[in-house]
Amino acid sequence: MPSIWVYSEVQSVALELVRAGLQLKQATGWSLVSASLGADALKRAEELAEHGVDKAVAVSGAVFEQFDAEVYAKALAKLVGSEPTLVLVGGTKRGKELAPRLATKLDAGCVTDCIELSYKDDMIYAKRSAYGGVAIATMVSPLPLVVTIPPRKFEAAEKAAEKGSVEQVSLELPGPRVKVVEVRKKEVARAKLDEARVIVSAGRGVKAKQDLEMLRELAELLGGEVGCSRPVAADRGWFPQWIGLSGVKVKPDLYIAVGISGALQHIAGIRDSKIIVAINKDPEAPIFKVADYGIVGDLYKVIPALKNAVEKAVRS
Amino acid sequence: MPRVIACFKYSIDASELRIDPSTRKPVVEGAKRKTGDIDKRAIEEAIRVKERTGWTATGLCVGPQAAREAAREALAMGLDEVYILSDPAFEGSDTLATARLLAAAARKLGDYKLILCGEMALDGLSAQVGPRLAELLDLPQVTYVRKLSVEGEKLTAERDLEEEYEVVEVELPAVVTVTREINEPRLPSLRDILRASKKPIVYWGAGDLEVGADVVGEKGSKVKVADVYAPEVKRKGVIIEEKPAEEAAEELVKYLLQEGVLR
Ligand SMILES: Cc1cc2nc3c(=O)[nH]c(=O)nc-3n(C[C@H](O)[C@H](O)[C@H](O)COP(=O)(O)OP(=O)(O)OC[C@H]3O[C@@H](n4cnc5c(N)ncnc54)[C@H](O)[C@@H]3O)c2cc1C
Repeated sequence: MPSIWVYSEVQSVALELVRAGLQLKQATGWSLVSASLGADALKRAEELAEHGVDKAVAVSGAVFEQFDAEVYAKALAKLVGSEPTLVLVGGTKRGKELAPRLATKLDAGCVTDCIELSYKDDMIYAKRSAYGGVAIATMVSPLPLVVTIPPRKFEAAEKAAEKGSVEQVSLELPGPRVKVVEVRKKEVARAKLDEARVIVSAGRGVKAKQDLEMLRELAELLGGEVGCSRPVAADRGWFPQWIGLSGVKVKPDLYIAVGISGALQHIAGIRDSKIIVAINKDPEAPIFKVADYGIVGDLYKVIPALKNAVEKAVRS
Repeated sequence: MPRVIACFKYSIDASELRIDPSTRKPVVEGAKRKTGDIDKRAIEEAIRVKERTGWTATGLCVGPQAAREAAREALAMGLDEVYILSDPAFEGSDTLATARLLAAAARKLGDYKLILCGEMALDGLSAQVGPRLAELLDLPQVTYVRKLSVEGEKLTAERDLEEEYEVVEVELPAVVTVTREINEPRLPSLRDILRASKKPIVYWGAGDLEVGADVVGEKGSKVKVADVYAPEVKRKGVIIEEKPAEEAAEELVKYLLQEGVLR
């Protein structure tokens, strides 16, 4: 019988994968197995066993100290073996560099950033963005298959009535060939954008870092967070993360794009917002095409005015 | 001569992709194609490595005959040669099959020190080819690289992860995937373009590569596309124009109150 394996180096994501795995288990009758690697592997496996997997495998060892995709892929390939399997990997950046490598070892297909999974007639159907985020594609593959699922796509699995078995395994593995020589934490605190109800988002139209202050004030007034487009985070370093296809996907009630042009890759990350507002001085900016409301104007005039108007509205 | 290889895809330009309004399906036939933004950075970085090391800078592209256009541009930027892996038998290749073709080509070229790929292609966004290629060639992989340097046989690279930057070292050869931030690709001058017309563009087909016919192309691909559709955007599109900021802001707030998204 095929099995469904789940793996993420982030425990909260692993718990989300368990929920996704349980849904598929129900459809297929396959068994659900988790892998935990490295420090605390046993403890993490225990927790997964309590949350619905049939078997939780734990492998500890010094080789896992540093996340090396090659080493981790080797370990998982050994665990999974040659039986037909569906492997669900947490779609963090590390998970996404691991999954294709693992899939290649297993001579398997791989679908990254899968947003919906189903099973029919011995085939797995996996939905994901296509054509730069313009379209949704349904990919189909037989087993074995490796799929990555973005963090927070599913809620964490609940405690199960029955605890699965826990198995400790030791593996013979070579050490990493890539050596980590320095780790620098990103300085700016990480806002909880994926949970925010309101997001005021800064694009390259915001000229100086101190101008973020006025966006922050507006966000605070609205009970929200400040986010940004990719260049504002990745080029300017004003934020640790950006919103969009290659960044965080958000789904607030209200998304206010300030000085953001509306590139496809940005839009792909805000599509699930309830209301999208655009503030841009260029009436031709593509962001207006996907906005519910827009103001054509200079953000340096519109944002202070909007702040006043909101203040007035909430007071009355 | 050691080589630095840049892999690039002649991608569909999604921003110009037409959607058939009746079927909601993208019209892929005849769609505009170009080298993806990130792949272009892989090309640029290969040229920079070449400039510092004197290695040969080679481009590899799995694609249609028409990828010649992208190859020309890459040569004008500064690559020494481009190989286009093109054959009707390669069409429909998934990421594994594509990586197999690239691996076969790299093996045939030989003496590769550094293989650069974009983090992901502009159209497929799968971010798989780099790690798959690394596995097929049994090389270490360094992904999400925003800065790199090569000294002798050693590569130092800075990786952009969610919460941190990670600086790593690795003995070459290795496969590296680069992010959009690693460089600003150069715009070739007219002179570069003219000079590049003498540089070689070589087509390699099924007969030129040591790769089984059963593991490439549509037939050799495990993952297939069952369906594609473009969801309709249903937004209100109320645009407030040519009004003083105060007035516009008040109007907007009125709408937001109606929507119930202000508390
Ligand atoms: C594979 C890939 C993945 C990507 N992933 C992402 C992603 O996840 N997220 C993302 O955001 N981007 C992503 N990008 C980048 C994306 O293509 C765009 O380059 C980026 O979104 C542009 O950011 P921006 O809108 O802030 O800047 P710009 O495009 O430069 O737009 C700035 C806007 O500000 C307006 N403006 C300027 N001054 C003012 C003013 N005073 N008042 C009002 N308006 C003003 C201008 O009219 C303009 O529309 C990706 C790119 C690629 C190739």
